[in-house]
Amino acid sequence: MTNLAISLLIGVLTGAGVYLVLRAQTFPVVLGLTLMSYGVNLFLFTMGRLHTAAPAVVGATERSADALPQALVLTAIVIAFAMTAFVIVLALKARAALGNDHVDGKHIPQADQVMDRRKEPRA
Amino acid sequence: MTDNLISLMVLLPVALSAILAMTGQRAPGLSRGISLAGVAALLVTSLGLLLGGSGNTAQVIELGGWSAPFGIVLVFDRLSGLMLVLTSIVAMLALLYAVRRDEDSAGPHFHALFQAQLFGLNGAFLTGDLFNLFVFFEVLLLASYGLLLHGNGRKRTRAGFHYVVVNLIGSTLFLFAVGALYGTVGSLNLADISLKLPEVAPDAVPIVTTAIFLLFVVFLIKGAAFPLYLWLPGAYGYASIPVAALFAIMTKVGLYSVLRVDSVMLSGNTIGGLLETTALIAPWLLWLGLITLLLAALGVVAGRILRRQVAYLIVASVGTILIALGLVTGSERELAVSGALFYWIHTTVLSAGFFLLAGLLIRHRPEAGDAIEAAPPMPHAVLVGSLFFAYAIAMAGLPPLTGFFGKVMILAAAVESPLMAPIFAVVLISGLIMVIALARTGSRLFYQSQATPGHPAHSTPRDARTPLPGLTLSIAPLAIATVMVVGAQPLSEWLETTAVQITTPSDYLDAVMPNGILLPETAPGKFGQDYPDYEGGKH
Repeated sequence: MTNLAISLLIGVLTGAGVYLVLRAQTFPVVLGLTLMSYGVNLFLFTMGRLHTAAPAVVGATERSADALPQALVLTAIVIAFAMTAFVIVLALKARAALGNDHVDGKHIPQADQVMDRRKEPRA
Repeated sequence: MTDNLISLMVLLPVALSAILAMTGQRAPGLSRGISLAGVAALLVTSLGLLLGGSGNTAQVIELGGWSAPFGIVLVFDRLSGLMLVLTSIVAMLALLYAVRRDEDSAGPHFHALFQAQLFGLNGAFLTGDLFNLFVFFEVLLLASYGLLLHGNGRKRTRAGFHYVVVNLIGSTLFLFAVGALYGTVGSLNLADISLKLPEVAPDAVPIVTTAIFLLFVVFLIKGAAFPLYLWLPGAYGYASIPVAALFAIMTKVGLYSVLRVDSVMLSGNTIGGLLETTALIAPWLLWLGLITLLLAALGVVAGRILRRQVAYLIVASVGTILIALGLVTGSERELAVSGALFYWIHTTVLSAGFFLLAGLLIRHRPEAGDAIEAAPPMPHAVLVGSLFFAYAIAMAGLPPLTGFFGKVMILAAAVESPLMAPIFAVVLISGLIMVIALARTGSRLFYQSQATPGHPAHSTPRDARTPLPGLTLSIAPLAIATVMVVGAQPLSEWLETTAVQITTPSDYLDAVMPNGILLPETAPGKFGQDYPDYEGGKH
């Protein structure tokens, strides 16, 4: 049961991440990358199999969890965190340099219309 | 002694990177000195190691004294050594150019990022562990993101964003692949995985196979193969010149990983006794290589600025090398790998040099930069034009320069392949397309000079006195190519021995895992046997 829940969680996180990465604005893309890294971190963690009452210390209890995936996931979290910080700054820089937050720096007429409508004074 | 020197290849750049992050802007002169001295030391060390015969048998360095598969190992063999030398040569060219043309002061921390990049590259070429390879990939990518955005520019920022996002997705896939391999095979050491693959439980075989293919997808993203090469022309075409020159080695990291993982990790004959590993990846490489090469040749034709054309020439070389790596049947494998390595050296050094030449055009054609259109003649147009001609000949693969020999060696290996006809057709036709495109570029850039007031259409004697800093640096790669042609006989013999070492990985496996498979009795999840289901709350 827990196995199924964890698998579904990984799947949903990754699927949502992939969907968001394919959006045209930079902010959803950054969010998508973050969700994908959550998904993969969880995946890495479960590669040591799921245990209860099994600390990652050999000999402390009857069964011990595999410590390596825990070390791997720690490394992966740190790297993903640094990358997210970097890509946010880059997205902000792109927003400032290109004047909009489209991933290709394109002008989006629809977005302008929305903005214009907001600017219009109410009759 | 040699162990320490091999570790130095990784430790020196990371130490210098930390120092340079502190000196950086405060003492630009000092930073340049430290950075140049560091790269010179790397060049001397790597050449010394390689020429001293250190890689003739694989040398293993157990980090922290933990033997494989429990600790992380660095492995130095001829392939690693060759990659280290190439990295150092390209880094030296790029760094000298950056200093000479004052490109390093366009933004902060150029030198610190440069050394961090070398740390990642050298580490990736030396490590014998998959997760460690991931970490070094991240190091070199993070440094490359910084370098790519060095200096400013709208197009650079946009291309940089694409590059970063594509590579972050690649890193996520890499982690999925590594995780799935560890979860089923129970190891991350390349040699250990190779020994354990035949023992994988039958029901884990589909997962292992998926993980292996995912791993190669990641390598082909980094290596810029069809259909995942579209990030490259933008990123390389808009990077600053020394950075683009350094990036000439970056696609080779992906190709190196393909070659290393294919030859070591997949040398165990079968996965779980069900699936042959020898021809698992190679046919894909061959077909992807053919498509990449053809599309890249068309990309060269479509390029509107010289840097973009050079970027597509790099993609074309990736295609050519993939074709060679995809030839597996029988004895042709060694011939193909040695041909691929010859072409590999050629394309890395010369595409770096071609970027430096494009840099000269940008600076000295203020009206047009390196856009392929007519403009008033630049100083030393005859000399620069001749250099362009030499580069074009070499990169398109015409005799008498190195590209021709590399292609001949690869085609000679393809003669016995059942796919001989398409390989010959694609390699030759794409070569022809590239020759036509580069001839058009050359005539636009150097023949159709345009007179404007104050700029006569033909060069004047005053020309000769205009300094052209960095010109020698764009000649140096051609000199290396000439040496490669003159010394083709000993070089290709050396490369054939290297290819034998790569294609018979028993040397590598014995060096890393001298006692064969080691497995403590309490190892969890061994050989993909599943653990008893999660027993939530029973304890």
